[in-house]
Amino acid sequence: MSALNTRPNIAKPDDFYAVLIALHEGRSKAESDAINARLILILANQIGDEAVLQEALAAAAGSAHVA
Amino acid sequence: MPRIFETPLYPYRRSPDQDARAPMRHKAVVVGAGPVGLTVALDLACHGIPVVVLDENDRVSWGSRAICFSRRTLEILDRLGCGERLVDKGVRWDRGRVFFDERQVYEFNLSSETTQRRPAFINLQQYYFEKFLVDRVHELAAEGQPIELRGGNRLTGLEASPDHLALTVETPDGPYRLEADWVIACDGPGSVVRSKLGLDFQGRVFEDNFLIADVVMHADFPTERWFWFDPPFNRGQSALLHKQPDDVWRIDLQLGWDIDREKEKLPENVIPRLKAMLGEDIEFDLEWVSIYTFQCRRMEKFRHGRVIFAGDAAHQVSPFGARGANSGVQDADNLVWKLKLVMEGAAPDHLLDSYNVERVQAADDNILNSTRSTEFITPKSDVSRLFRNAVLDLSESFAFARPLVNSGRLSVPCIHDGSPLNGPDTADLPAATRPGAPAPDAPLGNGWLLDRLGGRFQFLSIDAAAPERIEANGIAVERVGVSANDDPSGALAERWLGKARSGVYLLRPDQHVAARWTTFDAAAAEAAVKRASGQE
Repeated sequence: MSALNTRPNIAKPDDFYAVLIALHEGRSKAESDAINARLILILANQIGDEAVLQEALAAAAGSAHVA
Repeated sequence: MPRIFETPLYPYRRSPDQDARAPMRHKAVVVGAGPVGLTVALDLACHGIPVVVLDENDRVSWGSRAICFSRRTLEILDRLGCGERLVDKGVRWDRGRVFFDERQVYEFNLSSETTQRRPAFINLQQYYFEKFLVDRVHELAAEGQPIELRGGNRLTGLEASPDHLALTVETPDGPYRLEADWVIACDGPGSVVRSKLGLDFQGRVFEDNFLIADVVMHADFPTERWFWFDPPFNRGQSALLHKQPDDVWRIDLQLGWDIDREKEKLPENVIPRLKAMLGEDIEFDLEWVSIYTFQCRRMEKFRHGRVIFAGDAAHQVSPFGARGANSGVQDADNLVWKLKLVMEGAAPDHLLDSYNVERVQAADDNILNSTRSTEFITPKSDVSRLFRNAVLDLSESFAFARPLVNSGRLSVPCIHDGSPLNGPDTADLPAATRPGAPAPDAPLGNGWLLDRLGGRFQFLSIDAAAPERIEANGIAVERVGVSANDDPSGALAERWLGKARSGVYLLRPDQHVAARWTTFDAAAAEAAVKRASGQE
């Protein structure tokens, strides 16, 4: 059984997407890259669970074809 | 007054072996009188086994070497009778600060531990460490123990036969030959023993250069470990400042691999770097400057018949984490009791193969940690650097990021999970004392638990009935019976019982747990002793 939740889980997807993009507005590539890296670390800590993190890493790399 | 590293502490003296008509045969010859060779020799002598140590020098090593000695090292040297003097001279430290770019991002405190006899670490120059061990060698020799340290004796030849080794040794009086049942090679990264046997290291995981400076300054920097990532005075690299006794400070500046080593060593290049780091108005004298190159690598096997490799001769790591000398001292601790049992015929030869299994495991653990620290300190790609910097940025505000900061994972002893010597385990007792683990100390009455353990097989019973002595296949095992009530602090119960009401542990002579139960069972205990001594 998959540990990673790949079903829709964000209540207002358009709102989230808008703030994610707004976060990067007016920033240089280097600043955006740094923000993204910090964001990944913050979210990873929130998840914590090793199995979920492993699946998320695999999913991001495109090697997990989760239904 | 000459300084300690300028004094011949074991000057060359002509040995009767040099005038013998046929080469004299010795039970054990240790090659190299560094921290590891001296520990091996002391341990052998404490077991009453005659040992000759050959060293090409006649004095302790000068200059920038090991400075940070771990609790486990101190505990091993307590067993050999010289832990106290190391602690008395050493500098204790608890606090560390981490800097990134121009600012401090956080500090940590190892917090003084009062329920173990020894601190997590002391800082001490390697020349003092060696001096105290040499003093101990001389004490044991004066007491009549069969230990001999031969300065000015350089190994130049080694031939292996099935039942002994033939050695050729160069001295100021010319060469002589001797024989040994066993040779323990503690002769460092450039081991002559290793090259004489045509052996080499496997793998070269990492290479880098460090400018290492020991400076004497009467400045009131606190006794703390300061580590910089990417500081203004050493852009793109790391730096470390650490206090040693006698107002000596260790400074490590990472230089990267592709540098002009001779140029970097020149005072006109070194001094401005140090001034930028310490402050323009700080006065200091350079005790020692060197450029240090390291590699992470190990021999494929640490045992080759009657030749056994220990310390840097067998494996090397980066300086971050204090895993070099400390792991070598643990090699010695692991080896000597096994060698003794095999020499006496009380255990089969293959008990020594467990030295290889256990210490290769430890070396791999050290190399893994060292390699990970290196990746964090010197990111290999742009993305690696991006995440490294993100971790450091976050560590300033968020506690969660601090465990990700890796400025060297400080040496902790390896737990030999899966060792062929391990016997039964029970989940009712704490994980920290599982088979393969070194015994954690705890207060016991007016003393310490570890003072009662080591040097022979023992049963430690905690609030459990057990016979005072058993014998299994010629191995005598005595009981150390204690009660959780012997330690009002509760540390003994916490570390050794957990939620259980009683515990029985089989401990090896190197204070490692071999097997454990909640109650004593004669048949199981006997089987575990056989297993732990390689007789199964």
